[in-house]
Amino acid sequence: MRITWWFRKNLIRVYMVLGFTYLFIPVAYTFAFSFNNGGKSNLVWKGFTLGNWQNPCGAPDVCLALGNSIRVGLISTVAATFLGTLIAFALGRHQFKGRSTTNTLIFLPMATPEVVLGASLLAMFLNLGINPGFWPVVIAHVMFCISFVVVTVKARIASLDPRLEQAAMDLYANEFQTFRKVTLPLVAPGIAGAALLAFSLSFDDFIITNFNSGTLTTFPKFVYVASARGIPPQANVIGSAMFFLALFIVIAGQLVSRRKAR
Amino acid sequence: MADASSSTRGDLRIVNVTKSFGDFTAVDDLTLTIPEGSFFALLGPSGCGKTTTLRMVAGLEEPTQGSIHIGTTDITHSRPYQRPVNTVFQNYALFPHLSIYENIAFGLRRRGIKDVKEAVDKILNLVELPHLAQRKPLQLSGGQQQRIALARAIVNRPALLLLDEPLGALDLKLRRQMQIELKWIQTEVGITFVHVTHDQEEAMTMADTIAVMNEGKVEQMGTPADLYDNPKTAFVANFLGQSNLIEGRIEGNDGDNHVVDVFGQKIKINKNRSHAKDSSVLAGIRPEKIRIQPAGTAMSGNVLTGGVISDASYIGVSTQYQIEMPWKQELMVFEQNDDGVPPLEKGDPVTLSWEPVFTFALDGREDAFAGSEVHADEE
Repeated sequence: MRITWWFRKNLIRVYMVLGFTYLFIPVAYTFAFSFNNGGKSNLVWKGFTLGNWQNPCGAPDVCLALGNSIRVGLISTVAATFLGTLIAFALGRHQFKGRSTTNTLIFLPMATPEVVLGASLLAMFLNLGINPGFWPVVIAHVMFCISFVVVTVKARIASLDPRLEQAAMDLYANEFQTFRKVTLPLVAPGIAGAALLAFSLSFDDFIITNFNSGTLTTFPKFVYVASARGIPPQANVIGSAMFFLALFIVIAGQLVSRRKAR
Repeated sequence: MADASSSTRGDLRIVNVTKSFGDFTAVDDLTLTIPEGSFFALLGPSGCGKTTTLRMVAGLEEPTQGSIHIGTTDITHSRPYQRPVNTVFQNYALFPHLSIYENIAFGLRRRGIKDVKEAVDKILNLVELPHLAQRKPLQLSGGQQQRIALARAIVNRPALLLLDEPLGALDLKLRRQMQIELKWIQTEVGITFVHVTHDQEEAMTMADTIAVMNEGKVEQMGTPADLYDNPKTAFVANFLGQSNLIEGRIEGNDGDNHVVDVFGQKIKINKNRSHAKDSSVLAGIRPEKIRIQPAGTAMSGNVLTGGVISDASYIGVSTQYQIEMPWKQELMVFEQNDDGVPPLEKGDPVTLSWEPVFTFALDGREDAFAGSEVHADEE
């Protein structure tokens, strides 16, 4: 009797714990095995060590791959965020012929299967005489990130009261000053969010990258290749570090926006 | 850069301005002069074109036709930031990412003024909120935000201050208080205020001159007392307060008065207050001007007999009666409860009377209910 009563009262909490367990077990596993003294193969627990964290570049080529991923990610993020923000302003703030068509077309890359995108891009690059490698990967990443940036920034622009810009103009700010002093600061959180999203999409991408990278190794590609003979624990270290970095950025962002609102 | 402080001063003149949005004409050939230094209200129901007029003066809309001038300067097509005009927006539109101080300093800084502290502090004192300078707009109450919006505008000393339903978001008590305060601030700073509102009481409390707008046109312009005592159209008579409008026919003249037959009874209407186009008129009388007595009492002035009280509601300072007249029209009468006599009751036969000078006459072809429905909707 008492147990059923307890369950009824706490069902939602039990459900929550189960849900989060399901979500975080893989992350916890990855984190735990970053401390495994497993040598080259990291499949079974062989004892605790901090060695992997002290020397994350210990496995051959892991940091080379990581460096490539970060470079691709940063360049794609900057380009996609810049272009996507411009598109978002055009779509969100101006009336022009073909606006609704553009709105629909923007969603298309998000809906297209990545395998198809990757294969077509490769065919296209080869037809143009461009060899797979660093820049084709960057171009591909910018392409699929733009859609996400546009959608994110456009949502922020839509929530912006147009009267704020009118008030700025009313208070002697010309078009450029209005954009710099009012519009941009208010849309900035949306742009920052879009940039984070673009970076994580780029950093994470395996399928399109695999088609277009040739001999270039990125971090996801490294992990995929390594998995055939056992993933080195350094990959777990880097994966966990990325996870905590992302978590830190999200929490910091929340704290800053809460401070600003107050 | 606009120099708001000197060159462009003078009356605001709106000349033959029309604004169309597609097929819809929001403002229809409007001509209006607003004298420098006045507190002017544009009053009308939503959709009457008052806000569009305001936005054209602010530069946020461009007239389809016509021109707008301040003094001798034509501002019809200048950008909002080139005009010596500032606006208090309906929902204040304070910049949420800037402190109150920076919100107020915004206009000064854009005009290249480096030392803003003195002006900002002074204006914060004027609106009595100096302690809130470092807060963000969202931390302020509605009434405080309203004052900051006002401060942010008048700190620039514009030739013209536009107020777009500035008190609409406040509760009744605060609204009353702000009405008095706004009027006081206007007197203090001496800037021309143009105030857009649908609230007739608000317009009458604050403005020196009111223009009543309907369907893109000015129905009538004048002082609050003018508009109330001598309305020219049924719309004005009903939108500004309440009116009894009774169909009648001018039978002849008696000195300064028309003699008007209303359903067989004779009343007098002063010619100065007659806006009749021919003999067919609507005779108008405000409910609080009518005296009510039990039937049979001898009364002077304009007298209407044969009424029966169909409804009486006691509301403290006064009693409001609905009187059914022999021609099946319900008239309203507001009687002050100041004579110690218990109010009359439903079903009592009564005689109504009033001083002839309080009567006004409108064109008999007008819709006697124009303006009364919109008013009920807005309240």
